[in-house]
Amino acid sequence: MTGIVRELWVYAGARKKFWLLPVLILMMVFGGMLILAQTSAVAPFIYTLF
Amino acid sequence: MRVLGISAYYHDSAAALIEDGRIVRAAQEERFTRKKHDASFPKNAIEFCTDGDYASIDSVAFYDKPFLKFERLLETYLAFAPRGFGSFRTSMPLWVGEKLFQKRNLIAGLRGLDDGKDWESILLFTEHHQSHAASAFFASPFERAAVLTLDGVGEWTTTSLAVGDGNILRFLRDIPFPHSLGLLYSAFTYYAGFKVNSGEYKLMGLAPYGEPRFAQQIREHLIDVKADGSFRLNMRYFDYCTGLKMINGRFERLFGQPARRSDEDLTQFHMDIAASVQQVLTDVLLKLTRSIARETKMRNLCLAGGVALNCVANGQILRDGQFENVWIQPAAGDAGGALGAALAAYYQHHGEPRAVSAHTMRGSYLGPAYEQTEIERRLRMAGARFTVCKSDDELLEKCSSSIAEGQAVGWFQGAMEFGPRALGARSILGDARSPGMQTTLNLKVKFRESFRPFAPSVLKERASQWFSLDTDSPYMLLVADVHPSKRREMSAAEQRLFGIEKLRVQRSSIPAVTHVDYSARVQTVDREANPLYHGLLSKFEEKTGCPVIVNTSFNVRGEPIVNTPEEAFRCFMGTEIEALAIGRCWLQKCDQDPALRSGEYQSAFVPD
Repeated sequence: MTGIVRELWVYAGARKKFWLLPVLILMMVFGGMLILAQTSAVAPFIYTLF
Repeated sequence: MRVLGISAYYHDSAAALIEDGRIVRAAQEERFTRKKHDASFPKNAIEFCTDGDYASIDSVAFYDKPFLKFERLLETYLAFAPRGFGSFRTSMPLWVGEKLFQKRNLIAGLRGLDDGKDWESILLFTEHHQSHAASAFFASPFERAAVLTLDGVGEWTTTSLAVGDGNILRFLRDIPFPHSLGLLYSAFTYYAGFKVNSGEYKLMGLAPYGEPRFAQQIREHLIDVKADGSFRLNMRYFDYCTGLKMINGRFERLFGQPARRSDEDLTQFHMDIAASVQQVLTDVLLKLTRSIARETKMRNLCLAGGVALNCVANGQILRDGQFENVWIQPAAGDAGGALGAALAAYYQHHGEPRAVSAHTMRGSYLGPAYEQTEIERRLRMAGARFTVCKSDDELLEKCSSSIAEGQAVGWFQGAMEFGPRALGARSILGDARSPGMQTTLNLKVKFRESFRPFAPSVLKERASQWFSLDTDSPYMLLVADVHPSKRREMSAAEQRLFGIEKLRVQRSSIPAVTHVDYSARVQTVDREANPLYHGLLSKFEEKTGCPVIVNTSFNVRGEPIVNTPEEAFRCFMGTEIEALAIGRCWLQKCDQDPALRSGEYQSAFVPD
C-alpha cells in the first residue's frame, strides 16, 4: 500500500494536481467502505468510463 | 532490442513483440481464451509472441496510463457532483480494489510467466492515444505523415492530431473527454439496440438502408462542430458522465422513441437513425481532415483508434482528395494499442532509428501459424476425415471449384490476422456472384442478422475494374462503390423499395458483396503479401471470369475468430460450411462422421 501512496504522490506532483489529493483520499476511503459493504464489485456494462 | 507491448484490463487484451524495429508477432487474447473482447491479462498472447523467451526482452510497454484515467474519473465525478453517485458507487470499488493497482497486477502477471526477471525496472507506460498514433504512423509506409486518432476515450483524450517524421511523433492538439465522436457513435449504437463496443459495425451496416432525416437534429442539438472540425457534445442529452447508460430521456424524447431493446424488431426509424449519425460522423471527419491537411501540409494521413474502423467514413476521406495517401492501422482498436505501445517505446523512448518500409505491418499476418504435419495430427485427434493435396495448385483447384459451385468454404492458411478483420488467413469464402449467398452465409453459417453485408476480396490488379477504387485497400478498411459497369439497372418498382426490402434486389453482377447503396468494403489482395490467397482468387477468375469472392471471418456470431485447426474443424461441423481447407488438408462435410456434427454450436457463444 505504501508503494501506491508514494506513486500517487509523485504523480500528483508531476501533474500539479495536489489539489486533487483531499478529494482522492475521501473518495478512496469512501470507495473502500463500499468494498467492505459488498461482496463483489460488479463491472458496469458500458466500457467507456471504466 | 526486443520490446513487448501489452494492452489489457479494459477490453480487447493483446500482446505484440518488436525486435530491432521489426514487428515479429502480435495477437489478441480472445483468440486463445475464446472469450470475445477478453480484457484479462494477455498471458497466452504474450507466451505466443515471445515463445517463452523472456530473458531477452529489453522493455515492456503498457498501452495506457491508469492514474491519468483515474484522474479523469475523479474530476468528472467532481464536476457533476452530486449527480453520478450511482456510477461512482459502481466504479469506485472496482478502481480502489483493482484498477488503481494495475502496475502491480501487470508485474504479477509478468512474474507468473518468469519469476526471475526484474520486470518493474523495464516497465513503461504510454498514453492511450500515443499508442494509437504510434501504431498508425510507425507501422505505416510513410517517412512523414499527419496522424489522426479517434476513439471513445483513452485517459482524457478522445481525438488527437500528431505529425510523424522519421522516428519522431509530435502531438499538436487533442479534444478531451467528454466530447467524443466515438462516444457519440456508441450512444446511437445503444439507442438502436446494439451492444456498445461491438455493435458499432452493425449500425454502420444498417445506415445504407435508411435516409439521414435526423442529421439536422443531431447537428442542432447534440454536437456543435466548428469549421476546423473541432467539436463539442451537448452533454444534456448524454448519460455516460454520471450514469450507467449512454443516453438519457431527453435524447429519447428528441427523436421521439425510446431506445430499442435488443429483442425488438429493427424498423425504418432505426435505419434512418443509423444513416443520420453516419452522415454526421462523416461530415465531422471530413472537416477535421481538411483542416489537418491545410495546417500540416502533409501529403500522407495515418488513422487509428476505434473510429478509424468506420470504413464508410474512411472511404469518404480518401475520395475527398485532401491527402494523396491514407493508411489505416488494421488493428485500429484497443488491441492495436499493444503494438502501438511497443512501437512508441522503441522509437520514442529508446530513440532507435526507423527504416521505412511498405511491408512493416506484414499484411497484418502476425498471429499463430501451424505446420502441415501439426495440422494433420490435430485434425486426426479431432476425428476429422480429410485428404492431403499434393500441391498448392491442387488445393486451389479444389477450393475454387467448390466456391464456384456455390459452396461456403472455410479457409485456414498461414499466420492468423492481427485486428478484427479476416484477410484471407482465417476466412469463410463464398461466390460473390451468387444472389443467395448473403442470406445463406448470414443465416446458416454466421447465424447473424440478415441485413448485415459481406465484404469482397479482389485481386489487387483487377480492383479498379470492379470497384471505384484507385488505391490499395489491403486491410478491408475502405468502402468503395461497385464499378458502374458491373451494376444492374433497377426497375422503377425496385427503385421504390424502402429499408430492408432493398436487400432482395440484385444490384450488380456480384450481388453477395454489393450493399444496398452499391458500396462494398473492399480488400485488395496483393501477390506479395498473401501469395496463396492471391492464387485462389486467380484460379477462381480463370474458372469464372470474376476475380472477386466473398470473404468473411471464420467464426459465428459472438465467437472470436478461430485460432487452431481444431477450432476451425468444430466451427465447420457446427455450421453449414460445406468444405474446409486447412493447410493442404481438404475436408468435405459429406465425408465427415455425422456424430461429430454439432447442432447447437452457435449457442455456446453470447451473441454480440
